[in-house]
Amino acid sequence: MPITPIVQSIEEANVSSQLHEAEKKMSSTDGELVLDCSTIRRVDASALHAMERFAHVAEDKGVKVVLRGVNVEIYKVLKLTKLSSRFSFTN
Amino acid sequence: MIATEPVQAKVQKEPALDGLSTERIAYLEGLISRAKTAAAVFSQFSQEDVDRIIKPMVLAGLEKAQHLARLAVEETRIGVMEDKVIKNMVATEFSYNYVKDKRTVGVIREIPERNLIELAEPIGVIFSITPITNPTSTVLFKCIMAIKTRNAVIFSPHPNAWRCCAEAMKIMYDAALKHGAPEGVFACLEEHTLEDNAYLMKHKDVALIDATGGPGAVKAAYSSGKPALGVGPGNTPVYLEKTADLNTSIVDIIISKTFDNGTICASEQTVVIDDEIYDAALKKFADLGSHICNEKETVLLGRTVIDPQTGFMQPMAVGQKATDIARFIGLTVKPGTKLLIAPIQGVGREYPLSVEKLFPVLAVYRARSVDEALKVCVDVNHAGGLGHTAVIFSRNDEIIRKFGEVINAGRIIVNSPGSIGALGAVYNDLVPTFAFGCGTGGGNSTTDNVNIYHYLNIKRLARRTQNHMWFRVPNQIYFNMNAVENVRQFPSRCTLIVTNAALERIGHVDIVRRYITPETHMHVQVIPDAEPEIKVVMQGVEALNFYKVDQIIALGGGSVIDAAKIMKLKYESPNADLEELAAPFLDLRKRVVEYPTEKVNRARLIAIPTTSGTGSEVTPFAVLTDKERGCKVTLADYSLTPDVAVVDPQFVMSMPKGLTADTGIDCLTHALESGVSNYASPYTDSNAMQAIRLVFKYLPIAYENPKDEEARSMMHNAACIAAMAFSNASVGVNHAMAHAFGARFNVAHGRANALMLPHVIAYNAAVPAKFMPSPFQQGFVAHKKYATVADLLGLGGHTVEEKVQKLIAAVEQLLDRLEFPKSIAELGISEEEFRRALPELVKMAFADPSWRSNPRLPLMTELVELFWKAYRGRGVASDPAVSAKQGA
Repeated sequence: MPITPIVQSIEEANVSSQLHEAEKKMSSTDGELVLDCSTIRRVDASALHAMERFAHVAEDKGVKVVLRGVNVEIYKVLKLTKLSSRFSFTN
Repeated sequence: MIATEPVQAKVQKEPALDGLSTERIAYLEGLISRAKTAAAVFSQFSQEDVDRIIKPMVLAGLEKAQHLARLAVEETRIGVMEDKVIKNMVATEFSYNYVKDKRTVGVIREIPERNLIELAEPIGVIFSITPITNPTSTVLFKCIMAIKTRNAVIFSPHPNAWRCCAEAMKIMYDAALKHGAPEGVFACLEEHTLEDNAYLMKHKDVALIDATGGPGAVKAAYSSGKPALGVGPGNTPVYLEKTADLNTSIVDIIISKTFDNGTICASEQTVVIDDEIYDAALKKFADLGSHICNEKETVLLGRTVIDPQTGFMQPMAVGQKATDIARFIGLTVKPGTKLLIAPIQGVGREYPLSVEKLFPVLAVYRARSVDEALKVCVDVNHAGGLGHTAVIFSRNDEIIRKFGEVINAGRIIVNSPGSIGALGAVYNDLVPTFAFGCGTGGGNSTTDNVNIYHYLNIKRLARRTQNHMWFRVPNQIYFNMNAVENVRQFPSRCTLIVTNAALERIGHVDIVRRYITPETHMHVQVIPDAEPEIKVVMQGVEALNFYKVDQIIALGGGSVIDAAKIMKLKYESPNADLEELAAPFLDLRKRVVEYPTEKVNRARLIAIPTTSGTGSEVTPFAVLTDKERGCKVTLADYSLTPDVAVVDPQFVMSMPKGLTADTGIDCLTHALESGVSNYASPYTDSNAMQAIRLVFKYLPIAYENPKDEEARSMMHNAACIAAMAFSNASVGVNHAMAHAFGARFNVAHGRANALMLPHVIAYNAAVPAKFMPSPFQQGFVAHKKYATVADLLGLGGHTVEEKVQKLIAAVEQLLDRLEFPKSIAELGISEEEFRRALPELVKMAFADPSWRSNPRLPLMTELVELFWKAYRGRGVASDPAVSAKQGA
């Protein structure tokens, strides 16, 4: 039976703290985690660091992380920082 | 930290990085990682964001200009504090003034007339090497450029200037951060080694190296394999020409050479002075505080400040005062001496002071002529100064230009100080910079004053453009029975009728003669009824010259009219080289050769066709045969188009049946090919379609009932109308094949066209194996245009494919009715003979320019297939394989 993905919205102003919270709750039984990024217009260095850390934890726990609604500017930033390969993307 | 894992992997995998400890590599990787993240974050910033950051940075730099200048002098022991203040202010204020209104984010320029838009893409992480001579000003300048272009920079200052540079960077960084710049956007290597530089230069995440410094740094940058802006040393020659304003020139040279004790690499190194003003110039130098060295002092100076081993300046002299240098070598000079002037007699290793000297020592040379002066300047230029800077003081524009031509320098400064002039925006309108591109002469990739545009990837968004097209035909076309009467309205002092013997014999010339005014001297030039030869054309030109003709009437078929066109060309422009004018071209607007526009004679050309097919009376084409070289020469230019066309059917009433059919099918082929041509336009389409309609209706009648005046008249019109279409839209692969086949097997042009026509329609209507590039067409439309023809002819059919089939069937029926052979085989050409000829036929057809406007690009193998189909014969319409392939 497919596992229903957990969806969490991420706000631009609190990317680091929200990802940190999500990281703590993440369980290896989650299967797939969808982060809704559709309201984020821009990311800064701390957000990128948080995303990298989050990806690392998710990989350790075998959880697939899907970023939903990432705008193309942020997508390009993730490409430039080689982070895009560590996430899946959906609209 | 982003990209931590790959870093660790790299540390383990590359133990060959001698001299760098694991800790040092981790430090360098940290710098890179932060810069990379900053650059990525920065890429999201808008133009407004960037401009909001720049201004406070500039203000901070201006405020700290003196502080930084003091630090620089204290740390480097080079230069003049007051001058360094000015440098810092130029680096900030002047740079800001240049960049403030420039767009460097998103769309940076729109060129609507070319349908182009330029967009900026940041570079990423820039590794920047900065010099000891201009340490803080270079850092300030590069920080401004980097922020304006959304890049991150890691600075590697000269080891003896890193503290002041780090401070300059910190001032910029703090201001930038405070106003929203990403963290890590600037970093500065602290005490570092060449190994650090080597590691960073080769790092995969460094996108560009911007090395301003000595030759070693520049060479290392270019050797790294990375894109690099390497900007190195110079050796500025100065020509002080006798017409120069001596007062201004000498002051300018002193200002420049003593500015910051001569540390700017664009400063003057050797002044070549015209003999006439040499003594006055040296006196002026002395009067204004320079010491003129005698021969012994010059030798001593050269031996001391230039390393005899390397031939380069001694570092200890760089940026020192003239008095200190004098004291060091034991010269006695007046207190306050600004400059040491050393007369030299040549350039090269035996004249050590002829090289770059970044201190207030200036070589001078007495030149006995302009030629000598320029040659010595070239020598200096080639002695380490290629691509950098040169200076001339003169009021003689010719000599200034000559200097510009012979000297290889990115900046040629006229009547102003070299060093400050080269910096830009002070004495001239050069772009302000602290990095001088020296072109390939200096091993650099640019001769520009390095600026924001070198810190950007400029993307060009090129929209599809629709080149202008044309519809060009003769000024006047007269048609219908007795249209020839209109010839009388053209006044002429002397007219030459070009025709052939048969037409003269049957009275056509006499008909024309009736309508030429009595006061006109009239002569007749009879030429053979065959494709004109050069010899025949030149005989005609002789007649035109002999009679001083002002009007030519070409009365005949295509060959006669073509001959008259070329006669006119050679008469009006005797130097026209027919072979050169026949050079191949792809686009008329861009072709290499130009037809002559200057004319020594002028003559009106009136074309009266006596066949209904070629349409030469309105076309810009002419073909002649060069028998000596065994080739055809095809000329194409709108200047060849006759001035007047008279399409009078009385001259075709006696055309034999075979000629009626051949020329009629030539006309149909013109119309069909121009109709599907890639150069077709609504203007040519209207002509093509009307011509096709007329041919289908009237050609069979004209063929079967040659006396039918209406049919003859309409076919005569059809030929002219179709020619107007193909004159402007060209023809296609049918003509290319027919030209090759007709020439090889001596088959009439119209007949050769007929043998190919059904096969070519089927071929063009099918989905191409290779599309023909064409900005004029929107998609592939040939099959639809054939279907439109079928509709126009009322052939029926529901789908495009059916309509194409109906059209092919109609063409085949028409050919049958005109009693054309069904195949090449029917002409009596054996299969073996045809097979042997085929490679040459294909080669000739592919070399023929006619197919360049064809909707399909014919592959050689396709031409082979088409020729075989023509050999085997008609029946295309019933071939099921054809209908299966058609339609896109």
